[in-house]
Amino acid sequence: MKNKKNLLAAPYTIWAAGFILIPLVLVLYYAFTTKSGSFTIDNITAITSSTNIKALGLSVLLSLISTVICLILAYPLAMILASSGVNQSSFMVFIFILPMWMNFLLRTLAWQTLLEKTGVINSILKSLNLPALNIINTPYAIILGMVYNFLPFMVLPIYNSLIKIDINVINAAHDLGANNVQTLSRVIFPLSLPGVISGITMVFVPALTTFVISDLLGGAKILLIGNVIEQEFKQANNWHTGSGLSFVLMIFIVISIFITNKYDKEGGSII
Amino acid sequence: MKTKSADFLKKLYVTLIFIFLYAPIVTLVVLSFNSSKTRAKWGGFTTKWYFSLFKNDQIMNALYTTIIIAILSSLIATILGTIASIAINSMNRKLRSIYMGVTNIPMLNADIVTGISLMLLFIACSVRFGFGTVLISHITFNIPYVILSVMPKLKQTNVSTYEAALDLGATPLFAFFKVVFPDIFPGVLSGFMLAFTMSLDDFIITHFNKGPGFDTLSTKIYTEVKKGIKPEMYALSTIIFVSVFVLLILVNSLPDKTKEDNKNK
Repeated sequence: MKNKKNLLAAPYTIWAAGFILIPLVLVLYYAFTTKSGSFTIDNITAITSSTNIKALGLSVLLSLISTVICLILAYPLAMILASSGVNQSSFMVFIFILPMWMNFLLRTLAWQTLLEKTGVINSILKSLNLPALNIINTPYAIILGMVYNFLPFMVLPIYNSLIKIDINVINAAHDLGANNVQTLSRVIFPLSLPGVISGITMVFVPALTTFVISDLLGGAKILLIGNVIEQEFKQANNWHTGSGLSFVLMIFIVISIFITNKYDKEGGSII
Repeated sequence: MKTKSADFLKKLYVTLIFIFLYAPIVTLVVLSFNSSKTRAKWGGFTTKWYFSLFKNDQIMNALYTTIIIAILSSLIATILGTIASIAINSMNRKLRSIYMGVTNIPMLNADIVTGISLMLLFIACSVRFGFGTVLISHITFNIPYVILSVMPKLKQTNVSTYEAALDLGATPLFAFFKVVFPDIFPGVLSGFMLAFTMSLDDFIITHFNKGPGFDTLSTKIYTEVKKGIKPEMYALSTIIFVSVFVLLILVNSLPDKTKEDNKNK
């Protein structure tokens, strides 16, 4: 019996080793070698060149801002949805998974149409005699694109952790004299923390590493670290520098996961 | 009075977020009926793109590739992932946490790094980029979604029922499909659906692992961005969106009916 169960693990063990672990080792190998195969750390220190460090700094800044905005937008929304109590799960799928069936690039591109100088939003603002919104091809448009694309990844885990909270715990807090604000800050928020934490990683990591959103909404002038890496691989064909920069990126991801795992005891509750 | 205004605020908030999420989608649907070829101008209402779409071989080929990749990768990932979940579920604590840690890597790692790492692997093994490499990379990022959907359901199942079936003379395979599988089926299904959606919507990993001349819809759109998106693309995504919308409404209305039927019985 025991052996049979081990046999069941075999296909996935082979798959995970071959297509998850070995590829990551290869990134490390390329990151620390030159074209001739000798050891170097030049690919890692390439991050300190002025364009690269600027791109990394901007990526960190924009993804932090987007994560905070997502959290501020998502938490009240998740609370409202969790307390509404109507046939939730299918409703959540409707709101948040459905847009994913419209291609992600097209959805982001649609924001160009909406944000352009003579675009939809500015036409509406103009007809209302309001000042025009000129954010296309600026970092603000990139933040908007990030918030738009990654908001569902913040809402779903928070929602999932909120609906798990026992209503009796909240009632008990009220019975013991806590007002709404105290119940929220002392009872509901701490209990929803695992969802908040996994939401933060689910938003921060893709926002930090995106190259598509900056490409489409930043007018190809604003370089994020994702753009730099993509160009190293696709245009300069310099896999060693590209891998070195990816390695730096991975360090950032590992740090953010490490920080979040310290708080998250239940594990990813995205699903 | 106070609760009434709070109710109104809640509804307003949800509506505003809803508008934010769906404004680009409405824009794309409107653009698919725009007779002018550029995004910037409204040239009047037309349905011509919906007809010329089916004559555009490039788009139809990309659609065909996308669907085949999505179906194959999510099916294979579902089978591999379900088997893996059963194996992981019966492991001891330490081994299980190692396996779950590895499973989490593609979920937590950046798509760009996952894409690049697989690309380096295919180069190292001198595999030709094309259908196979894209399929393998999609299966790889789909398996974790399946495992993370199936595992919670497996934890809820009672191992005694499976053992009882064995005691009553069922073969392990028969016992699995008769006893365990019905219990975990919702998890398997939602894992499959998630995997399918992710595969369909993926751009970054495909971008690094496709060969020249091989395109899914995402990579096709990306190359078109610079030259200008063909309006047929808007028409196609509108068709996909509307069909999924209708399908979801149908699926969501079905289980309620069966529940009612059961109650009536």
